[in-house]
Amino acid sequence: MAKRDRLSGNEAVAIALRQINPDVFPAFPITPSTEIPQYFASFVANGQVDTEFIPVESEHSSMSAAIGASAAGARSLTATSSCGLAYMWEELYIAASNRLPLALALVNRALSGPININCDHSDSMGARDSGWIQMYAENNQEAYDNMVQAYRISEHKDVRLPIMICQDGFITSHAVENIELLEDREVKKFVGEYCPENYLLNPECPMAVGPYSITDYYMEAKRNQAEGMKHVSQVVLDVAKEFSSISGRSYGLFEEYRMEDAERAVVMIGSAAGTTKDAIDRLREKGEKVGLIKIRLYRPFPASEIAEALRNVKAVAVMDRAEGYTNQGGPLGADVMSALYRARGNALAVNYIYGLGGRDVRVEDMEGVFEALKQIMEEGDAGETYRYLGLRE
Amino acid sequence: MAMDVTKLGVKAKWKELTEGMIIAGAGTSKAFNTGEWSTDKPEFIEDKCKQCLLCVPVCPDSCIPVIDMKRGAFDYDHCKGCGICVKACPFGAITMEGVR
Amino acid sequence: MSYNFKETMNKPERLAPGHRMCAGCGGTIAVRNVLRGLHEGDKAVIGNATGCLEVSTFTYPYTAWEDSYIHNAFENAGATLSGVEGAYKALKKKGKLDETYKFITFGGDGGTYDIGFQSLSGAMERNHDLVYVCYDNGAYMNTGIQRSSATPMYADTTTTPVGSESNGKPQNRKDLAAVIAAHDVPYVAQTTFVQNFKDLHIKSEKAIYTPGAAFLNIMAPCPRGWRYNTPDIMEICKLGVETCYWPLFEVVEGKWILNYEPKKKLPIEDFLRPQGRFKHLFKRGNESLLEAFQKEVDRRWEDLKFRCSR
Repeated sequence: MAKRDRLSGNEAVAIALRQINPDVFPAFPITPSTEIPQYFASFVANGQVDTEFIPVESEHSSMSAAIGASAAGARSLTATSSCGLAYMWEELYIAASNRLPLALALVNRALSGPININCDHSDSMGARDSGWIQMYAENNQEAYDNMVQAYRISEHKDVRLPIMICQDGFITSHAVENIELLEDREVKKFVGEYCPENYLLNPECPMAVGPYSITDYYMEAKRNQAEGMKHVSQVVLDVAKEFSSISGRSYGLFEEYRMEDAERAVVMIGSAAGTTKDAIDRLREKGEKVGLIKIRLYRPFPASEIAEALRNVKAVAVMDRAEGYTNQGGPLGADVMSALYRARGNALAVNYIYGLGGRDVRVEDMEGVFEALKQIMEEGDAGETYRYLGLRE
Repeated sequence: MAMDVTKLGVKAKWKELTEGMIIAGAGTSKAFNTGEWSTDKPEFIEDKCKQCLLCVPVCPDSCIPVIDMKRGAFDYDHCKGCGICVKACPFGAITMEGVR
Repeated sequence: MSYNFKETMNKPERLAPGHRMCAGCGGTIAVRNVLRGLHEGDKAVIGNATGCLEVSTFTYPYTAWEDSYIHNAFENAGATLSGVEGAYKALKKKGKLDETYKFITFGGDGGTYDIGFQSLSGAMERNHDLVYVCYDNGAYMNTGIQRSSATPMYADTTTTPVGSESNGKPQNRKDLAAVIAAHDVPYVAQTTFVQNFKDLHIKSEKAIYTPGAAFLNIMAPCPRGWRYNTPDIMEICKLGVETCYWPLFEVVEGKWILNYEPKKKLPIEDFLRPQGRFKHLFKRGNESLLEAFQKEVDRRWEDLKFRCSR
């Protein structure tokens, strides 16, 4: 039986981890993710888990140790934010190329500089090409649910890739919401035991990991790795279906909110989707045909599915909570526009940079975006496609 | 299960490579011949050998096998001819051109 | 622990031939002999920082290691093996593993003294049950002989080249064994290829079987970087010890122990002369450099003797 509780996003993720009882958790503090290892350390101190908790001296080492543990045959993870993720950058690629199914609880925060502790997505967007699976949450419930599903996806034999479970710093990580938790035994049963095929501590057969690859192999190795990514979407859907049967909550690659007859749409990631839903509800009451696509799985990118969901949309605003410094907009904008192009989509698309460094996004701001889309639709011209929202000009 | 590295030569197609480029197994480098690197090789004069084994630890290439406390013949498939063993032998039981 | 050289040599080889280290490499001599500290029947996971040893001993698909092996990156051998050791503890605790494993990681001086220093320090401070072995050849040899903080003063390297305004590396080398000893780990030792490897074999076994973190610093000459006659490696090591440039000592539970004191300490020139990287020190007019080098060796030697006398 599920139980209701009031929890912050960090505590919810920490509880999911207690229920999973992973083998090794190396961690280093950084705001706003610090609470996850903090809560977890108290579970260790009170014997609620039998995880090896390794409080290392840096994020580079937390990811390095998580990689070592995973290669050794353990279910491992770490948690971080912002510069911590940037410091791990090299290691992210190594985890993925070694096909190690470890997890990272990421609490999104702006990258320095200037130093800022609040939410944007510049940290995880920098890791979008690292070969990790990336999943994002709108609220605390989704952060918890994604964490419970994480290892089923990453450890799947057709996938075997690391997974990043992302939520918005402070907005969901620290805000307390009502949330429904699964029973411990239900989670344990759902996640199951980790049974790797080859691992360092396999007494039957030693293993060597991390070779030097000459040019004759490197490109083939990268293509081989890409094959794991190709299977992710289907596995995400299969795992979500099974999860729905124990939780009653349904998940896909992305959520379509009031998209059935939408002419104008917003595509975005994370907590601001909640604000956008409020704006949509208000506008729908006025009879406006507006909707939202909220990305859950960002890597791999469900391009054709998103293009299909936007098939009848006339104007779309893609919202990036990170700058790309391409003079064109952000990474999500580039991905969605490329998806539309490949699918010969007709929607006029613009790309907004918003919410950097914790800049608040209000319902009125999102109503303004839909208003701008109305103008684009009427004029039949997207105008400037690289825009900022909520900037003092 | 140990893998067969002979199937992982430089002509292997991407699907044939091992997942994560791991190698299950050990000591697969024995299949790689480094003996070709040099034509100068140490010569073992068994008659002079007192089986002190002092030549064994100095070899950077593990080319002096020991079985039942006795050293055997040089592994010329892998010996790179560095000459260190020549100098390590107190009995002149190893010789090599240019090394004394 | 009783020591028998022939029995140590009779153990199965744990570093297979076919690796691609240079002819006469001191690094693999260090590795082979450290691994002989393992008891037969015990399994091991070997870690390795990026460097000559890594690119040459696990060139896909050829691993020279007879045990499980992990290379992660240049600066994180300490942290990587911390994670492996953590996994061992976790799997043991959960009853998923019966066998005994030991954990040994190798790094060159670049990966140990410099870029991997933080990761090493963390692993030592947390007292993981592992051994970190530095094969110290005193420069970044894999990238082509660049200076590291282990490079001795006045050495001619590609980033401290000797020139009209330069006498080679201007600074002294870092005393890493002392720095690690200051972490108060159970076992620290410095050794090289002398006494028919008895010192190295005994220290390796102690390091591997002492519970908690252990650090071994092994002088492992590089014929390319040091520019000596390749077959002379054992003589070079002996001179390192007899001149007191590379003293043999241990720090056991905080107690400093001098393992060898030469009957007659040789002048530092004897160690420097056979090495091309110090050739400029023997030019007329550079006598003061040799004097300065000798003075530093003497100062460190006296300091070590003082520590060991307490």
